[in-house]
Amino acid sequence: MSLRIGVPSKGRLMDKCFDWFAARGVTMERTGDDREYAGTINGLPDATLVLMSAGEIPRDLAAGRIHLGVTGSDLVQDGLPAWDDAVEVLAEMGFGQADLVIAVPRAWVDVDTLDDLDAAAAAFRRTHGERLRIATKYHRLVREFLRAAGVADYLLVDSQGATEGTVAQGTAEAIADITSTGDTLRANHLKPLSDGLIHRSQAVLYRSRRAPWDGPARTALDALRQRIDG
Amino acid sequence: MPDAPTREAERTRAEALLAPLLAEGATRVDTDILLPAATLLDLYGEDIRARAYITTDPVHGEQVLRPDFTVPVVQAHMAHGADPARYAYLGPVFRRQEGRQPRPREYLQVGYEVFDRTNPAAADAEVFALFRDTLAHLPVRAATGDIGILMAAVRGLRTSDARRAALMRHIWRPRRFRALLDRYAGRTPVPPARAAMLTSPDPFAGAGPDIGRRTRAEVAARIDTLRTDAQEPPISAEQVDALEDLASFRGTMGDALMRLRDAAVDMRELAPAIRTFEARMTALAARGIDPDRLDFEASFGRTTLEYYDGFVFGFLADGRTDLPAIATGGRYDALTRVLGNGRSIPAVGGVIRPAVVLALETPR
Repeated sequence: MSLRIGVPSKGRLMDKCFDWFAARGVTMERTGDDREYAGTINGLPDATLVLMSAGEIPRDLAAGRIHLGVTGSDLVQDGLPAWDDAVEVLAEMGFGQADLVIAVPRAWVDVDTLDDLDAAAAAFRRTHGERLRIATKYHRLVREFLRAAGVADYLLVDSQGATEGTVAQGTAEAIADITSTGDTLRANHLKPLSDGLIHRSQAVLYRSRRAPWDGPARTALDALRQRIDG
Repeated sequence: MPDAPTREAERTRAEALLAPLLAEGATRVDTDILLPAATLLDLYGEDIRARAYITTDPVHGEQVLRPDFTVPVVQAHMAHGADPARYAYLGPVFRRQEGRQPRPREYLQVGYEVFDRTNPAAADAEVFALFRDTLAHLPVRAATGDIGILMAAVRGLRTSDARRAALMRHIWRPRRFRALLDRYAGRTPVPPARAAMLTSPDPFAGAGPDIGRRTRAEVAARIDTLRTDAQEPPISAEQVDALEDLASFRGTMGDALMRLRDAAVDMRELAPAIRTFEARMTALAARGIDPDRLDFEASFGRTTLEYYDGFVFGFLADGRTDLPAIATGGRYDALTRVLGNGRSIPAVGGVIRPAVVLALETPR
């Protein structure tokens, strides 16, 4: 079986990814029109380029449907339980950097740390009879982080987009989301907790531990490893 | 997934384990497998989502596949139970497993619960002795603990009600408990942002607009709380050391009693918990269990058995770290109050995992 490499199918992530591989002698190209997710790859023996949504790459790596995949470490660590049993990090690619942080309204001048958030959540529950809601799409990472820190009396509510706006809209009291510069947080009158950094994310080239690593796939991987290490 | 004969063997073994519990005069009960999730979410918050299977019903809202029997059995008892009552049950429970160790997601539990206000110490001993006898033929080690002692020690701290309440809320989260204790004892410095806020003439300067449901009045109230707390003297090093000594104690029940009596010289609030502890030792001895040979760890069950608030116990397979506990149990008086709409009853119980019993009985 040829080596199947899953790569984000559009946007800056795809462009940066193509650049990264090109710098290592592997050229990738998207073919056909914009709606067709087809591509070619040159410079590796027996490899197939699979263009797909970055969000689907963790699942396909875990299922072994692709041998290698490029996606954000946030998506892998949130999407896959015991993620490092399923995949191996081959290379941190140095782009797509963003921090997953917990942020609260700037008007909460009494809240700066997780300790404060926990105390505010306890008081909120006493006052309102409900748990303090934190909007996020990163349920596993946020829950594990807050459990390890011993924060209680909160509730995660799902938000798949425009999470920074949920507090002003009244659907959450706080958020946990990806930010690179903090500009969007500020524009939405939010501030990150000083000890609320959950994960430093970036684009990573992963190897599936569950894909069929037979002859041709292994040969192509060895060739790629030499390019990466060299 | 286990094959049919394995399932059948587990079921047969479970029925045999249930028999002696029924022979004690327990009423056999059953509960729904698909339960409303609201109660569990209310009790345990987000953590339950990592441990149980929760799904959504378009009409009835969030539902959970029964993660254990205790909560539905307590609910049924508080709604229409006799007083006193003894219940036994057998059925499947479901647990999400996201850890690295493969653990079954679906298995049978056999359980026994006692709701009896006449003599809690005797009820503790009754449940423990019953489980010990049921597992007597197996290479198991019993461990016991008592969350009530830690709670009494927190009540005995000479500090503000607010600090004691905050520590009590985190009894089951040792890491945050420790962080709070360190701060109240003055062992960790006040975070700079808080120090600045507390001395600022206008903490709300440049704060940005009020958004969300947490109001400015709530923020102001917490600032007042923090200002009051900043005036509070630190909890003394002796008190903190005494608390940590108690929390880390490991030995026999007999040794624990001596240690508790020593601690009570400086911490008189321990006295009720010591009386309970001593009464339990007497009740255990009356059932032929020597407290001087029974292991006691003050923090046993502190992270995993979270609705327990008194006596806790576990039976663990000797030298088999690959197996989960064979049986666990404990006292959960507070849970009956939470689920009882104002009423409560002392309650103690435990569960056995038939599949683990079978694994120990099968030669490797």
